[in-house]
Amino acid sequence: MQTGHEIHDAVVRRERSAEEATKAALEAIGRVEPSLHAYITLLPERALAKARDVDARIGRGEQVGALAGVPTAVKDIFCLKGELTTCGSKILANFKPPFSSTVVERLDAADAIIVGKTNMDEFAMGSSCENSAFFPTHNPWDLEGVPGGSSGGSASTVGARSVPYGLGTDTGGSIREPASFCNIVGVKPTYGRVSRYGMIAFASSLDQAGPMTADVRDAADLLEAIAGFDPMDSTSVDVPVPHYASALRDDLKGVKVGIVGEFEESIAVDPKMAKLYKDAYADLGALGASFVDVSLPHAKYGLATYYLIAPAECSSNLARYDGTRYGARVDGAADVYAMFDKTRTAGFGAEVKRRIILGTYALCSGYYDAYYVRAQKVRTLMKQDFDAAFAACDVIACPAVSCAPFELGAKSQDPVAMYLMDYFTIPMSLAGIPALSVPAGYVDALPVGLQLCAPAFEEARMLSVAHAYEQSSRHAAKREPVVS
Amino acid sequence: MSAPAKAPSGAAVDMEPVIGLEVHVELSTQSKMFCGCRNEFGAPPNTHVCPVCLGMPGTLPVINRRAVEFLCKAGFALECAVAPFSKFDRKNYFYPDMPKNYQISQYDMPLTTGGRVALASGKTVRLNRIHLEEDTGKNIHAGGHMTASEATLIDYNRAGVPLMEIVSEPDIASPEQAEEYLMALRDVLLYIGVSDVKMHEGSLRCDANVSIRPAGTTELGTKTEIKNMNSFKSVVAALEFEIDRQRACVASGERIVQETRGWDEVRGMTYSMRSKEQAHDYRYFPDPDLPPLSLDEATLARWRGELPELPAQRRERFVTQFGLPEYDAGVLTQSRADADYFEEAAAASGDPKQASNWLMGDVRKSLEAHGLTLSTTKMTPVALGELIAMVRAGAITGKAAKEVCEALVAGGGDPKAIVAERGLAQVSDEGAIAAIVDKVIAAQGESVAAYKAGKTKALDFIVGQVMRESRGRANVDVVKRLLAERLG
Amino acid sequence: MAEVPIDIAYISRLARISLTDEESARFSAQFERLFDFIRELQQLDVGKVHPTAQVIPLSNVMRDDALKPCLTQDEALANAPDREGPYFKAPRILE
Repeated sequence: MQTGHEIHDAVVRRERSAEEATKAALEAIGRVEPSLHAYITLLPERALAKARDVDARIGRGEQVGALAGVPTAVKDIFCLKGELTTCGSKILANFKPPFSSTVVERLDAADAIIVGKTNMDEFAMGSSCENSAFFPTHNPWDLEGVPGGSSGGSASTVGARSVPYGLGTDTGGSIREPASFCNIVGVKPTYGRVSRYGMIAFASSLDQAGPMTADVRDAADLLEAIAGFDPMDSTSVDVPVPHYASALRDDLKGVKVGIVGEFEESIAVDPKMAKLYKDAYADLGALGASFVDVSLPHAKYGLATYYLIAPAECSSNLARYDGTRYGARVDGAADVYAMFDKTRTAGFGAEVKRRIILGTYALCSGYYDAYYVRAQKVRTLMKQDFDAAFAACDVIACPAVSCAPFELGAKSQDPVAMYLMDYFTIPMSLAGIPALSVPAGYVDALPVGLQLCAPAFEEARMLSVAHAYEQSSRHAAKREPVVS
Repeated sequence: MSAPAKAPSGAAVDMEPVIGLEVHVELSTQSKMFCGCRNEFGAPPNTHVCPVCLGMPGTLPVINRRAVEFLCKAGFALECAVAPFSKFDRKNYFYPDMPKNYQISQYDMPLTTGGRVALASGKTVRLNRIHLEEDTGKNIHAGGHMTASEATLIDYNRAGVPLMEIVSEPDIASPEQAEEYLMALRDVLLYIGVSDVKMHEGSLRCDANVSIRPAGTTELGTKTEIKNMNSFKSVVAALEFEIDRQRACVASGERIVQETRGWDEVRGMTYSMRSKEQAHDYRYFPDPDLPPLSLDEATLARWRGELPELPAQRRERFVTQFGLPEYDAGVLTQSRADADYFEEAAAASGDPKQASNWLMGDVRKSLEAHGLTLSTTKMTPVALGELIAMVRAGAITGKAAKEVCEALVAGGGDPKAIVAERGLAQVSDEGAIAAIVDKVIAAQGESVAAYKAGKTKALDFIVGQVMRESRGRANVDVVKRLLAERLG
Repeated sequence: MAEVPIDIAYISRLARISLTDEESARFSAQFERLFDFIRELQQLDVGKVHPTAQVIPLSNVMRDDALKPCLTQDEALANAPDREGPYFKAPRILE
């Protein structure tokens, strides 16, 4: 399958029609869906109508958008006007928003072809896609394995090479971990880089939308199209969006790469993973990078900090799901409070309930200072760790995950074991800095990604290092997924 | 009114009321607090709503700058201090009229602190704070009263309307003072134009905190919160009832329970809403969707400069600049419109004192007689001013002017035209007046003789006769001078 | 501060969610494991540290008081689980 930029170029040059590219993507999806279950809703009519419109405009000699003709999968957390947007939850199983998220509007404006809404852990809470209320998604590199989460559906369909562009969200690692598990590129931008309007909220101070793509160039193009200030989101930052593609380079001469002592210690417990990452760092070195030892002394508090702040915010963000204005409702309640209770009890899965309870507790008077406020203070310390580290280096390279994709069911009974999947990705989320995962090879034939992160708004820097690494190591191309 | 309570020792103790009021005011911005829906009372249900104010998934709030401006202006008018740093917090609780099941409000860092309200009687009530929040939707209890209804019908038009919450210190000492406070607050807010403060439309709402304590002491007693008062009169009635109820409690040795009580207008009593208070842990935390506010001096100075001159300052100026008596200045500055009217008339007439006299006297009588006000009469301030100027210049007599004024109040128009139409121009022409004077002298021989014999009152009669003869149009000063010349 | 077990019954009432006894017990045990990590936070000296209010500091983000197109009544009510005429409908409120 062609990459996104290859498809776009071919469509614009009229070597290929958008309609044909879309049909090919829909066929590819159709072939593997019975094995992967990556999609909650497929949108073939919408996609083909859009593709035909793009072709018509090209035919008339009109300008088309920067993503014109590229089939794109969108995580079902993004509102899409008039179509089902479920957020992976029963409580929104019938919800059709009367508006689209800003990110979807920008995709439409850039003439990307949205082919469907992908599966996810319910309300973005999970690391395996097993918390979806509907069905689990499978990993195209191991059908018994999880694709990662919460953006598992987007990771799976892009990993299966059915579509080149996927959109996910990352709160504590939900783009980077599935990208690592599915052998693709996944980018979590700086907090505030991409609008959150219309993106169903989990943890407001952490959530960010980002690209999940076949290669780094595609991620750069997709990020550029969706990034930028949005007056509908008071937390979006008014900073110019660079043309990320022009920052990409093929070597790393003069680049100082930070290696985090604490992370290297952690990954050392798994020799195969440790070797994979050592080799990855060596490849960076071969491209001309030099290395600096850096320390993130508070990284070990990341899990506790995250699992106080995120549930606290989500307990408030999810209060609106009560069966009154939209979504599911359980009938037959004697009074409105009983209706709230029955609806939420039936509509939310166990992980969501767990986090709501934890978050409500953390905000209760008497505990608020000890838990929520304290966690926000530790967050400040973690941010300061990164500030100090980046004084000494340009980017940090580290593991994206602690293991290769695990089996469906292996960790689903042990929430804390699942939470530990986020160990390497949480600190960047808490600090608000951009981070990505890029394919770095295989352990026992299963994909593993390398994580790179950079200071706030330095996505270009991080993408350029990832691009050089990808072009020279070409790990993703070395194997084929089990299904495609 | 003050019923002595009995302290445990049996001795009667005078228990004085201590009242604090929390007043919610809907700001008259064009759009809502956090979205661009129209802020308008009385529209068909659910027609001024959008994904944001309906709390749809993925939506986010954006602060309306005009609401912040209005609150700051209210703060300036009420002598509050604008906080250098302020933020929004989420107040979390479930209720059907709450689209997000949390209300965006301000908890520990309100936009303004301190402040004071000057009551008409001269007393000052201190303010504690003013903060911004969003209003809720409206629940309608289908089938009548809440406890008997079959369903709840909800209209979210009001959800998201900007609300200013004004919290007073417990400085209010009686139900009457509470009413005065509400009226004074309403006047200021109307004056600066930030709200239409109509209690019957819900743009002004009031909750009260009431306690009693032995007269003259300073420690606060247990307070109850009173809700559901829908008019100024209800506030007075509810407070009266509650104060008596608390006094009776203490007198019979009962403890006053800290609770929320509702005012039942129909039965004229407060009732316990204790069950409403089950564990309302609001779990306040800073709203992560809204960056904080740190307003710069330039913006605050600009807003302060845009404030109309406030009633108290204008009153002062009317006294010092125009030399008006305090009382007159007070009456004229009761409403911004009236004060504006006066100033325009004063300028057009060239005589502020006269303008004031006319407005307080003949104009007011005329208005009342016709059931009009300065805002509804067709008489423009410039017309009044010209009329006054005409009297000063001697173009008409005072008496004629009253007639013209009456005509202006009733139907508007141009004073010069009315004078011409009705032939009311004062005659100052000596020759014409002399003719009439001579005629009257000739006709009133007895009075002339009486005057010459020393009866000064006879002169008044003769002057009156000249005025009558001239149908009130003769310039009375000229008349008197001519008579003096002829009669000595 | 002294560790207090989460009163799950009380919290779930606040959150308007009902848990079965089994769920309650399971959550309790799971929280205990999580609290092993959370307890470590209590040992950090954060006395002089300010809590992160905004991870990317912004302030004074406001919009003009301008009207924007809103939903029609039918659009607003299209997703309503129950409606009566122009109103959203829910069961009665029992205080």
